[in-house]
Amino acid sequence: MNRAQVTQRTTRHLHHFQRTPLQAWRDAIREASTLQRTRDEVKPGTFKRIMGYLMRYPWYMFWTLVVLIIDAGIIALGAALIQNVVDDYIMPLLKQSHPDFAPLARFLTILAGLYIISVITAWIRPILLVKIEQGTLKNIRDDMYAHMQKLPVAYFDTHEQGDVMSRYTNDTDALRQAISQAFPQILFDAISLVCTFVAMLWVSLPLTLLTVVLTALIMWLDIYLVRFSGRFFVKQQKDLGRVNGFVDEAVNGQKVIKVFTHEDATQRQFDEVNDALFRSSSMANIFGNLSGPVVNSLGLLTYTIVAVAGAGAALAGWGNLTLHGSMAMTLGTIIAFISLCREFINPMGEVAQQVTQVMLAMAGASRIFGLLDEPVEQDSGTVTLANVREDAHGVPKKADHRTEEWAWDVPSGIAVGPWADGPYPAGDGTTHSLVPLRGDIRLNHVNFSYVPGRQILHDISIYAKPGQKVALVGSTGAGKTTITNLINRFYDIDSGTITYDGIDIRDIAKPDLRRSLGIVLQDVSLFTGTVMDNIRYGRLDATDQECVAAAKLANADSFIRMLPDGYNTILSGNGDDLSQGQRQLISIARAAVADPPVMILDEATSSIDTRTEQIVQKGMDALMRNHTVFVIAHRLSTVRNSDAIMVIEHGRIIERGTHDQLIAQKGEYYQLYTGAFELE
Amino acid sequence: MGRLSSQRTSEDEALEKTAQQAGAPGSAPKRRAKNGTFERQGLTPGQRLLEQRQEAEFKRDLGSAKDIKYLLPSMREYKFDSYITMIFMVLEAIADLLIPTFIADLIDQGVSKGNMAEVWRWGGILALCALFALVFGGIANVFGARASAGFARNLRHDTFAAVQKFSFANIDHFSTGSIITRTTTDITNVQNAYQGVLIIASRAPIMMVVAWILSFRLSHSISMAFLIALPILLVALIIIAAAAHPSFVRVFHVYDRLNSTVDEDLNGIRVVKSFTREDYQVRGFKRISQRIYDLFAHAEYILATNNPVANMCMFAIQIAICWMAAQQIVASGNNPANGLTTGGLTSLLSYAGVLLSAVFMLSFVFVLVIISRASVSRIAAVLQEKNTMEFKPEGEAITTVPDGSVDFDHVTFRYDEEGTGDDVLSDITLHIPSGSTVGIIGVTGSAKTSLVQLIPRLYDASQGSVRVGGHDVRDYDLKALRTQVAMVLQKNTLFEGTIAENLRWGDPNATDEQVRRAAQLAQADEFVQRMPDKYDTHIEQGGTNVSGGQKQRLTIARALLRKPKILILDDSTSAVDTKTDALIRGAFATEIPNTTKIIIAQRLSSVEDADQIYILRDGKILAHGTNDELLKNSPEYRAIYETQNQTSEKQEVLRATGATTTNAETANAKEEK
Repeated sequence: MNRAQVTQRTTRHLHHFQRTPLQAWRDAIREASTLQRTRDEVKPGTFKRIMGYLMRYPWYMFWTLVVLIIDAGIIALGAALIQNVVDDYIMPLLKQSHPDFAPLARFLTILAGLYIISVITAWIRPILLVKIEQGTLKNIRDDMYAHMQKLPVAYFDTHEQGDVMSRYTNDTDALRQAISQAFPQILFDAISLVCTFVAMLWVSLPLTLLTVVLTALIMWLDIYLVRFSGRFFVKQQKDLGRVNGFVDEAVNGQKVIKVFTHEDATQRQFDEVNDALFRSSSMANIFGNLSGPVVNSLGLLTYTIVAVAGAGAALAGWGNLTLHGSMAMTLGTIIAFISLCREFINPMGEVAQQVTQVMLAMAGASRIFGLLDEPVEQDSGTVTLANVREDAHGVPKKADHRTEEWAWDVPSGIAVGPWADGPYPAGDGTTHSLVPLRGDIRLNHVNFSYVPGRQILHDISIYAKPGQKVALVGSTGAGKTTITNLINRFYDIDSGTITYDGIDIRDIAKPDLRRSLGIVLQDVSLFTGTVMDNIRYGRLDATDQECVAAAKLANADSFIRMLPDGYNTILSGNGDDLSQGQRQLISIARAAVADPPVMILDEATSSIDTRTEQIVQKGMDALMRNHTVFVIAHRLSTVRNSDAIMVIEHGRIIERGTHDQLIAQKGEYYQLYTGAFELE
Repeated sequence: MGRLSSQRTSEDEALEKTAQQAGAPGSAPKRRAKNGTFERQGLTPGQRLLEQRQEAEFKRDLGSAKDIKYLLPSMREYKFDSYITMIFMVLEAIADLLIPTFIADLIDQGVSKGNMAEVWRWGGILALCALFALVFGGIANVFGARASAGFARNLRHDTFAAVQKFSFANIDHFSTGSIITRTTTDITNVQNAYQGVLIIASRAPIMMVVAWILSFRLSHSISMAFLIALPILLVALIIIAAAAHPSFVRVFHVYDRLNSTVDEDLNGIRVVKSFTREDYQVRGFKRISQRIYDLFAHAEYILATNNPVANMCMFAIQIAICWMAAQQIVASGNNPANGLTTGGLTSLLSYAGVLLSAVFMLSFVFVLVIISRASVSRIAAVLQEKNTMEFKPEGEAITTVPDGSVDFDHVTFRYDEEGTGDDVLSDITLHIPSGSTVGIIGVTGSAKTSLVQLIPRLYDASQGSVRVGGHDVRDYDLKALRTQVAMVLQKNTLFEGTIAENLRWGDPNATDEQVRRAAQLAQADEFVQRMPDKYDTHIEQGGTNVSGGQKQRLTIARALLRKPKILILDDSTSAVDTKTDALIRGAFATEIPNTTKIIIAQRLSSVEDADQIYILRDGKILAHGTNDELLKNSPEYRAIYETQNQTSEKQEVLRATGATTTNAETANAKEEK
């Protein structure tokens, strides 16, 4: 659902609560039935998966169960004992002329002992539970994040960031109370329920049957309520995600909002998503909260019915059937049974009160599992990078330590293009072969479309030999960036082939492929941390000296030294503290420290002034010697010294050649260069 | 051959180990030792700075218990719902208290005596009670849910509104992640706690008071046992609350960081993937989630003492009752006329039970309240945040901008108000006549952006004054000023919505025709027309589905729709080719001749036609003048000019290829080589 639709829907319901309660109620019902159609429901299997997470702490779960049973036992025993204090201990005192309080004192000491155990378990229980609860939340967060890292780029291109973020906080948080409060409470109540149930069977089978039938009716009604509220809880979490997304977008664009004095309009839009959240949240809680009073009251009604029916049966002299045989229904039996009946109904009311928390947790978990179920990026590549040592003739031999020399470790059966250096036998007893890492990239008749039927690239062929600089020139939207997205397999091609050192890139494991490619993008993403951390991001084991050298190469060293703490200056994630150009320089340094054999520079210097760019260029050229480089740039000065220039229009290569060749050709490039015609 | 980072170096593993060790509550994250110049132990200066900043934020967010008063005004229309909830909750509590006595009557009068008529009578009363409890409880719960959801809605509205009123400097006080947590997670916490207070906490005191009064009637001395136990319990709970509060404040701080980390990862996913830093990111994230685990567990351990303390008090009361009652019953001879009887003891014990369940309910709410107290202070911090700018009161503020002239009068500026930072701009004086075109150039980091940000008063000058239309910018109504000063930011943002919706930010009432016209001027119409839905094409969040150059042109069109008196372009055509750039400038000259145009650019071609060009370096004006004057007088300008116009070489090419002179002249005029 896009925002326009949301807006429509929300405006339709905008005055929801200014209507009469009846109208509001009708709206709510209508909305709920719509929800049913849009499948805003807790995913089946959610509870099982939550349990799966909890069971990662089997011992803690076990001991929690033990503690709960002890607790339930002591509470029941204590209650039973204290009932007897009058008959067994106080009444006898009255008959004594010199009352001996010692038996009472002994009894109370025993009781105190029991209670001390209960106090201890009350103290242990949360400690066990915190471990399970927080451990589970941590596991869920970690799993989500690890899973998210494996998702294809397409996922990030199509999902709202703030909504994804909401899963780490709001949705995970929704589970917290359920695990620490609701689940144990329900378990506790279930234990008492089972005990009472057995006791009830002992006293009277027919009455138990009556109780069970009546409570089943209550449960049936309650489940309906719970399902109903569950839908709203799912919607609440969705709406919360939308608020999260909206705030994320608004805060990130806050400066634009201010510049355009768009505060009021933004506030109105916010109010729309906020009101939607209010509606789903109040509906969810209304129906969730109703569960408690409904079950309590109907429980009381059940109790009354059982009492009346039991008393009637006893007076009519009906027989009774119990676990230990049949006998007459006596008044004593009835009194015993109805007090058990009360013990049976109370926990049901308590369980019902936990409904909101449980449904909230289920709604949050549904969304979390939704993210965890997103299909991950497929990688069937088997070719990996290996450390090698090359002999005097350039023949690689596998090495078991860091050598700074690399080769593709190619399993047998994978074709290697005849133009490649190698393959050489691996020489380690396997059928693998080695292809030295050189940086030869070839695109052969590549066709590509993001959406089937809408072809973006047509029959693209580019050969970049090791050490060559290939420029992609063309107007905005011609498909230059798309080409680079294909080389590192952010997206996969429709037809044709792309090879790296003669190996089809689909045969290369993605991490290894990407490690052998460096990319500098126009929109620079830096991470919270020091400048040094950000440069070192390129190669985690780079020394400080290497990072500084890379910064010097990118001409970033001088401005970094001017920062308050130099290389130790903390950059905030959005990097508002630096200019766009400075951010680009850091990102170039980051790529330089990684120093892969193939570099892709996508408008990497667009925000840098031309003089600085020239200096950067010189540094880069030094760095790029023996490196294959793809350059995308608007400034033709950046691409002039390329070994090959590809002019791309509407997803096709329309001209190719060196600068001189293209000038001589007097085609598109010539016109671009001489200014007779400009890039659109 | 290039070096590649190995997949997992031993250092990575060491890092992971450190990460596991780090994160004990309160301990600063340890930093791995570097093989370079930085301290092997402890924190680097930068890390320390970050810690300091976080500590300051932590202190601010600690707040005080009185912070709730900043939130209460947000209750507004939901006060009514809250009162209804409380009233019906009290009624329900009374019904609840009556039920046990009716049950006793049902058993004593009816069942045990075998009196069917009494059974029916008390059964009927009980059924009626059930009905009342259902109605009262239902009403209370419905209104309680609405009141708390409504309170949360108003709070979110007010918090977001407060953020909207922030100045740029205010925005810098709160990280993106923290504003998101404050408007969602924190407010949800407050909502939960408020609902808990309304529904549970309003009935618990009633139950306690009633139970105590009833026990007082039976035995004064025993009822005093209650009175002694309760304050002890209360004090214990307050101590626990005070101990747990700072931990929760810290927890939510780490939540902010969690948010920021995920946000950055989502923003930079292409970088993460192309450097194959997935594992590295996961390790960084695990450090934060571990810290949340530690802090939350720590806070909850403290809270966990609440249960045993409450249990102990109540159990002690039970035992005390039994013991004291036994003495009194013996003394009275179980004669109601002389004092306590065994029946009285049974009642006392059931009152103790009521009291016990009330205390349990309260302690359940207590946990919610403690968690939300941290949230309350954090929300209050936003609501209370003082605007760093002072505004003229309405009426005194100037609401019309007379013309588009701009004056800087000895302006000095630094971002850091405390004055510890360096001056970003120092002693800038310049005059821009209305309707003129001004170019600003300078190397990366020379404070070009900082300079122009003072014109629409995004920041205030630290010293000196900035005047627009002859008046100090501080004398204007901010909205009036910014309506007339349109600025295209360097980091331009498009918002989720259609292209037309985005352009209408400039003028909400613009007709389709006007929108298209502005797009044409910004040279955006052509590519928009080629898009599947033209102006109704949906822009994804952050504008990920348009290219850099397209985004820039759309943001220029958006600014043009404002029809401002002053238009500022902050390096807004860097991703646009020179021809388009020239067309845009041409459109400016013919379509908005009276608008003052201030253009920051890297390319000289973007500014060479300007009436005045300023060269900035290190926050000072190095030189200014027209293109020709600067070529003559400024060696810096000449140097830039030469790097961008390798004229001779270009002419050579042209000569060699036999181009016409016209072509050569055109080429001369362009800087792109």
